[in-house]
Amino acid sequence: MSGTFLFDGQPVPFEDGQTILQAARAAGHYVPHLCWHPDFPAHGSCKLCIVKVAGRHVSSCAMPAKDGMEVESNTPEINGERRALLQMLFVEGNHFCPSCEKSGNCQLQALAYELEMLTPRFNHFFPDRPVDASHPDVLLDFNRCIFCELCVRASRDVDGKNVFALTERGIHKHLAVNAESGRLADTDFSAGDRAASICPVGVILTKRVGFASPIGARKYDAQPIRVVAMQEDE
Amino acid sequence: MSDDGKLVADVIARHGHEPSRLLQVLVELQEALGWLPPGVLTQVAGGLGLSRAHVEGVAGFYSFLHARPVGRYRVLFSDNVTDRMLGAPALMEALCGKLWVERGKVSEDGLVSVDTTSCTGMCDQGPALLVNGRPLTRLNHARVNQIAELIRRQEPLAAWPAELFHVDDNIRRRDALLGSSQRPGEALKAAVMRGREGWLEEMRAANLRGRGGAGFTTAVKWMACRDAPGAGKVVVCNADEGEPGTFKDRVLLTSFADLVFEGMTLAAWATGAQRGFLYLRGEYRYLLEPLRAVLARRRNAGLLGRGILGETGFDFDIDIHLGAGAYVCGEETALLESLEGRRGTPRIRPPFPVTHGYKGRPTVVNNVETLAKTTLIAINGGAAFAATGTAQSTGTKLLSISGDCAYPGIYEYPFGVTIERVLEDCGASDVQAVQVGGASGVTLAGYEFHRRIAFEDVPTAGAFMVFDSSRDMFAVARNFVHFFAHESCGFCTPCRVGTSLLQGYMDKLASGHGAMMDLADIEWIDRLLKNASHCGLGSSAPNPVLDTLLKFRPAYERRLQHLDFAPAFDLDAALATARRMTGRDDPGAHLDTTQEATP
Repeated sequence: MSGTFLFDGQPVPFEDGQTILQAARAAGHYVPHLCWHPDFPAHGSCKLCIVKVAGRHVSSCAMPAKDGMEVESNTPEINGERRALLQMLFVEGNHFCPSCEKSGNCQLQALAYELEMLTPRFNHFFPDRPVDASHPDVLLDFNRCIFCELCVRASRDVDGKNVFALTERGIHKHLAVNAESGRLADTDFSAGDRAASICPVGVILTKRVGFASPIGARKYDAQPIRVVAMQEDE
Repeated sequence: MSDDGKLVADVIARHGHEPSRLLQVLVELQEALGWLPPGVLTQVAGGLGLSRAHVEGVAGFYSFLHARPVGRYRVLFSDNVTDRMLGAPALMEALCGKLWVERGKVSEDGLVSVDTTSCTGMCDQGPALLVNGRPLTRLNHARVNQIAELIRRQEPLAAWPAELFHVDDNIRRRDALLGSSQRPGEALKAAVMRGREGWLEEMRAANLRGRGGAGFTTAVKWMACRDAPGAGKVVVCNADEGEPGTFKDRVLLTSFADLVFEGMTLAAWATGAQRGFLYLRGEYRYLLEPLRAVLARRRNAGLLGRGILGETGFDFDIDIHLGAGAYVCGEETALLESLEGRRGTPRIRPPFPVTHGYKGRPTVVNNVETLAKTTLIAINGGAAFAATGTAQSTGTKLLSISGDCAYPGIYEYPFGVTIERVLEDCGASDVQAVQVGGASGVTLAGYEFHRRIAFEDVPTAGAFMVFDSSRDMFAVARNFVHFFAHESCGFCTPCRVGTSLLQGYMDKLASGHGAMMDLADIEWIDRLLKNASHCGLGSSAPNPVLDTLLKFRPAYERRLQHLDFAPAFDLDAALATARRMTGRDDPGAHLDTTQEATP
C-alpha cells in the first residue's frame, strides 16, 4: 500500500512499510529523534519523535504511515512535550556539557538547542554512575547514558558480539557489559566495532582523540541538528 | 564441578538448554540457592548459549531475582495501601526491631532481610507478607512475634505452623460463574458438539469482553488469531494479577482452576492452537503444585493432550510459566517477552499478538476470568450469557473488595451494578472514596456512587478498594505513585523518569515543603505520562493523582507551605552537620527561616 498523508499540512508520499518518520524524512521533513537510527529497526523508547495523529500521540518512528492520515509534528504543543522529555533525560543523568568531550558532537545537546531548552526545570537526580576506564582504547562514561540501546543493538546485530545489555529496571536501569567482572576490558569489544561509534551522547568515547577537534568547530557547532540529521546517516 | 555447578548444569539440562527457558531456569536456581551469584549467571549464559550480559539483564529486571546475597529468610511486606491501612508499616517496624535488622538490608549474620514488595494479592486478609516467596496473611503483633521467633530459631519454612500460610477464598457473593456446578469437561464436550465454527458463533453471540480491564471483545480476538497466517498458534492465560487491590484470579486459580484450564482449551478449539501457557505471577508461586496437579488430572481424563475427547486433530496442552515480581508483565506484549525468557519490556504495537505473539506466532492472550467465563457460554449458549449484564457489558464481573468494609472478599455481580449497591453489600459506611480498577483505575468520590460497573461507565479489572472518611486521599495517591515508580520497566523516557519525578513531588508535598508551583509541575508530568508513554503502565500511572487532584484537592492544598515556590530541601536542616561539627547550636548558627519566608 502506498499513498499520501499530510505532515504539518504538507502532502508526503509513502511506500508500503514506511513509518511516518521514514516517509517524512524522505520528503525532507525533520522529526526530532534520539533512539532512532536509519540503519536499525525502530526502537521507540526515547519518544522524542512523538507526533499527533487524529488527536492521539504516537511514536512516528514505529507507526506505519497510512493513506490520508493527518500528522502534527512541528507545533508548539508537541515541541513543548519534546522539550520536557529532553529535560527528563537531562535530570536523570549527569550531563555537564561544558566539561564533556562530546560537546558539539552530542545529539542530546544539539536537540536541546534545537528545541530551545533553557533550563532543566525538574530537580536533578544526581545518580551515582561510576565510569569504566578499563579498556585500553575506549572509555565508558555511564553518567550520560540515555538508554537508546543503539550500542546494544549495534554490538548484537552488526558486530555479532553482544557486548552490551541493559539490566535492572525503571529509574535504576543501566548498561551492563558482557563480563563477569563487569569491566569492558574483559570483553571482546574493540574500538573498530560499529557499537564504538554509534553512541548519540558521550557514553562510549575513543581514548586519546577527545579534543583533536576543538569545541566550537564540531558537527553541531557548524549546523543545527535538523540540518545535519537530514544530510548524513548519522 | 562444585555442588552449585552441578545443580546449575542439571537445571539447564532439564530445560533442554532452551534459551527461552531462561527466566524459568533463574527462578528455579534462585529457589535452590537463595540468590544468583555471578558465577552462576556466567554458567547459565554458557549453558543456554546466551551472552552473559543478556542473562544479567534478565536477572536484574525481576524483583524476586537477586544478583546480590540476601538473607536466608527473605521477608517482604505487601505494600498496597490496604495493607498499610491495616497497620503493615508498624508491624514491619516491629519485626525489624525484634530481629535487629534495618529495612532493606541483610542482617549482619546473613540470616534475614526485611523489606516491602508490591501488592501480593491478599488485600482481603491483610496485612500480608511473603517469606521466601510463601504468603502469610492476617498479620498482627502476635503473628509478628511468632515469625520473629521462628526466624531466630532458624526453623526451616517447612516446619512453620501450617495455619500461618492459610489463605482463605472469602467468596461473599456467587452468581453465574462462582455458583456454577459444571463438571470438568462438560463445557468442552458442549463446544466440541457444536463444532469449531458453531462454538465461535456462540462466542460471538455472547459478546464476552476481556475481564482484564481493556474490554476487547474475546470472539474478535479469537477469530483474528484463527484467521492469522502461520502455524503453531498459542493460547496464553494472563495470570499475572499484579494490579494493586485485585485478587479474584487468585481465588479462581485456587478453587476454580478447572474452569480456567477448560477456558484455555475452549480457546484452543476455536483458534486451532496446540500450545497453551499459563503465566503465573511470582507472588502466586504457592499455587504452582496444585495447578500442576489439576493439569495432570485433566490429561488423565483426556481433556488435555492428543485427541482431546476423542476428537482427531484436537491436540492441546498447557505449561505453567512463573513470573518473578514485575507488574508490567501483565501488559500482554511484556508478558510475551517474559514468556520467551527476556526482560518484560512491552513491544511496539502493531503488530499485535493475534498475528505476531509468542515467538512470532499468532497468539491469543486472555485474562483468567475471561477464560473461565467462556465455559458458561459453552454450556448455556451465547444468548443466555448475553441475557445478563448490560447491552455493552454482558455477563457478570468478579470484584475484589478490600479496604474499609466489614466483609472484604470476592463478589460476583451482573454488569451494571451500582457502586452504592456494592458498598451496601460489603458493609461499608461513611465512605469517602472508592478506587475502582486498582492503582491504574479511577478514584470515585461520594457524588459518583450512583455510577455503574460496566465498560461503558466504570470499567474495571476487578479491584474495588474502599476508603472511609478517616483516610487521607493524598496518602492513597502517593502510595500508588510509589508503586508505579517501582514497577516502571524503564523502557521509555516519560515513564522511566516521569514516575520517579512524580514520586519526588509527592514526597516533597508529604514532607511539608509543597508549593502551588509543584501542583502545576505534577499536572504537567501527568500529561506527559498520559500522552507520550509507550504502554498502558505509563499512561495510567498518573490516574490516581489526576483523580484525587480533581476530586480531593484540599488533601493536597493543606500540605502547601507557600502559594508560589518552596525549595525541595530545608536550608536550615542542611546546616545540621556543620553545627554538629562545630558544636554550635546558638541562634547565629541557624538560618532565620521566618525572615526567609517573607518576601
